[in-house]
Amino acid sequence: MALLQISEPGQSQAPHQRRLAVGIDLGTTNSLVASVISGSATVLKNEQHEWSIPSVVYYSASGEPVVGSSAQENAASDPFNTIRSAKRLMGKGSDDVSNSWLAEHYEFDFDSGSIPAFKTAAGNRTAIEVSANILSTLRSTAEKTLGGELVGAVITVPAYFDDAQRQATKDAAALAGIHVLRLLNEPTAAAVAYGLDNGNDGVVAIYDLGGGTFDISLLKMQRGVFEVLATAGNTALGGDDFDNAVADWLMEQSGVSALPDQGARRQLLRLARSLKETLSSQQTAPYELNLGESLMFRGEIHVDTFNSIIEALFKKTLPSCRQVLRDAGIAKSDVQAVVMVGGSTRVPLVRERVGEFFEQTVLTDIDPDQVVAVGAAIQADVLAGNKPDSDLLLLDVIPLSLGLETMGGLVEKIVPRNTTIPIARAQEFTTYKDGQTAMALHVVQGERELVADCRSLARFELRDIPARTAGACRIQVLFQVDADGLLTVSALEKESGVVASIDVKPSYGLSDGEIEEMLRASMEHASEDVQKRALAEQKVEGSRVVEAIASALDADGDQHLSSEERSEIDALVASLKQSLEGDVSDNIKLAVEKLEAGSSVFVERRMNASVKELMAGQELSELERKLVTDTNVED
Amino acid sequence: MSITMTERAAEHVKSYIEKRGKGIGLRLAVRTTGCSGMAYVLEFADEVAANDEVFEQHDVKVVVDQKSLVYLDGTELDFAKEGLNEGFQFNNPNVKDECGCGESFNI
Repeated sequence: MALLQISEPGQSQAPHQRRLAVGIDLGTTNSLVASVISGSATVLKNEQHEWSIPSVVYYSASGEPVVGSSAQENAASDPFNTIRSAKRLMGKGSDDVSNSWLAEHYEFDFDSGSIPAFKTAAGNRTAIEVSANILSTLRSTAEKTLGGELVGAVITVPAYFDDAQRQATKDAAALAGIHVLRLLNEPTAAAVAYGLDNGNDGVVAIYDLGGGTFDISLLKMQRGVFEVLATAGNTALGGDDFDNAVADWLMEQSGVSALPDQGARRQLLRLARSLKETLSSQQTAPYELNLGESLMFRGEIHVDTFNSIIEALFKKTLPSCRQVLRDAGIAKSDVQAVVMVGGSTRVPLVRERVGEFFEQTVLTDIDPDQVVAVGAAIQADVLAGNKPDSDLLLLDVIPLSLGLETMGGLVEKIVPRNTTIPIARAQEFTTYKDGQTAMALHVVQGERELVADCRSLARFELRDIPARTAGACRIQVLFQVDADGLLTVSALEKESGVVASIDVKPSYGLSDGEIEEMLRASMEHASEDVQKRALAEQKVEGSRVVEAIASALDADGDQHLSSEERSEIDALVASLKQSLEGDVSDNIKLAVEKLEAGSSVFVERRMNASVKELMAGQELSELERKLVTDTNVED
Repeated sequence: MSITMTERAAEHVKSYIEKRGKGIGLRLAVRTTGCSGMAYVLEFADEVAANDEVFEQHDVKVVVDQKSLVYLDGTELDFAKEGLNEGFQFNNPNVKDECGCGESFNI
């Protein structure tokens, strides 16, 4: 006998046609799955009655991977085979990993694949595979609870995840046999969970301090539509760091300078974590942990001490808060509500200080650990078609500008940062040289003016462009960012219809804090960039003039110029070429002007010659009429 | 003619309606679909139509249209748990046989 759930009026599904969909919060530290059951979004418990499982996977030499709490039990005894915080490595390359603290905790294989893999007893495992194991476990919990196969899931990702990280998340879902209905930014999911679409129009800040990532987002609600105005954050800041700081303090207090192994460190971290949790409601917390001879930790920690330990870490979140306000052009007083998300917002100091920053009491009504999964479940229910009349529409933004490299190594921004997605933007480009039949397109991401200072995402070529004079071809380049934040770039030559396109799946993502660094650099280097751009533009102009004169000289230089005149122009060209080698924009400008002046006689003669050619054989009256018409047009 | 509901089922219905924020009760119905003829419909009720019958038990209103009532008369609605899965169950004395999954039935 099947067990039935209550549907919305008129939305009952035919038997065997129920569309079961879930929301998954795939976290750095913990992961949850939720679904809408009989009209209310509920976090699903597993057979051990846990609604949240640690994002930990244990790989043994024989047998299936173990996920969750049972995996975590092995953390102390078999640390290298107990993988946690794999989310931090999603979409990352070897360079990012070897610079990360994870490199100290695990053994990696950097050689055998394009992405680094954890070396485990069961073989090499990439972050994608580890995440897939976690997702399969959540899927199985959901299918047992809901009594059927899932049609799909909404999986949440930090707002700061770039294309590579989002793609890695989708790949993990595919490995776990989960159809991704949508990747949803975590803060957006939190807003959905709070039902803010039903509230008053206005701006809300979502402060999300989780286990491993920090995000601050400003969302604007208007007539039930969410729009992410701006997001910022730090992909390497969270409760894990609090735990590490407290563990360091514990070592200092107990006069321990080094721990014998990773297992001991983990036990100490577990103690640090439990002290942190106790201090969310208590003034003091006693501790006692014996890790062996002269490794005795015993004492008591006061909440004030704890606050002073984590204060510096907390303060790292404030510049991002200021940045989103600046990006969105919103004053603190315009923020109507501040929603707290993530387990670390249980820390009283965090709630208090965020409240002080935004000058209001922060919202903590919904369990900050469940709120993202709940929002994802609500969105999944809509996307699975269980609420066809719903007008819940989500808009997200891209975190960094997307553009193309143009002549001179300059960036032409096509989609500015904080543009809402999905989006399609087109821009026309043209050829630079006569007879050019191919065009190389270089897609870059970042805020700086020069390609060298931005991040390269992809390169591709448009071939078989019809050979025309420079500037005659019209090539439309289209940037499309889908609802999941994934980019496709295509180029179309309008006359011939030749097309080339590329899906941007970069081989590795931005390293920790790199996005923030890129934004900061763009502000610090703003005036320098203007000069660099001026120089680059001048160089492009100079080269264009050299090119044009050279082709004119080749064509009919000898016909119009005496050898004396010719050598004079050659000298000017040489001096322009020389100035192009240098980095002084004014020198190039001067040389261009001199060359233009020096070659004006030549240009005039060529013009006269071509006019004569045109007029040959035309009646005078006809010519007069033409001149009159032209004049009228000019009027 | 009557429809009954166990107290456990009523408690769950009440809590779902409360979380949903609106609704006057529960609508039960049958429709002709599914692998063995008829299928149950279980929905939130926002209004009572002219030809509806309303039964009230444990402070929960159950709305049934007269056509469906013929097939549902004497049914008890229960709430059950099977492992992790939990949900509502129709104990319908009119049913002759049902498909393996129990979502559709014959009279």
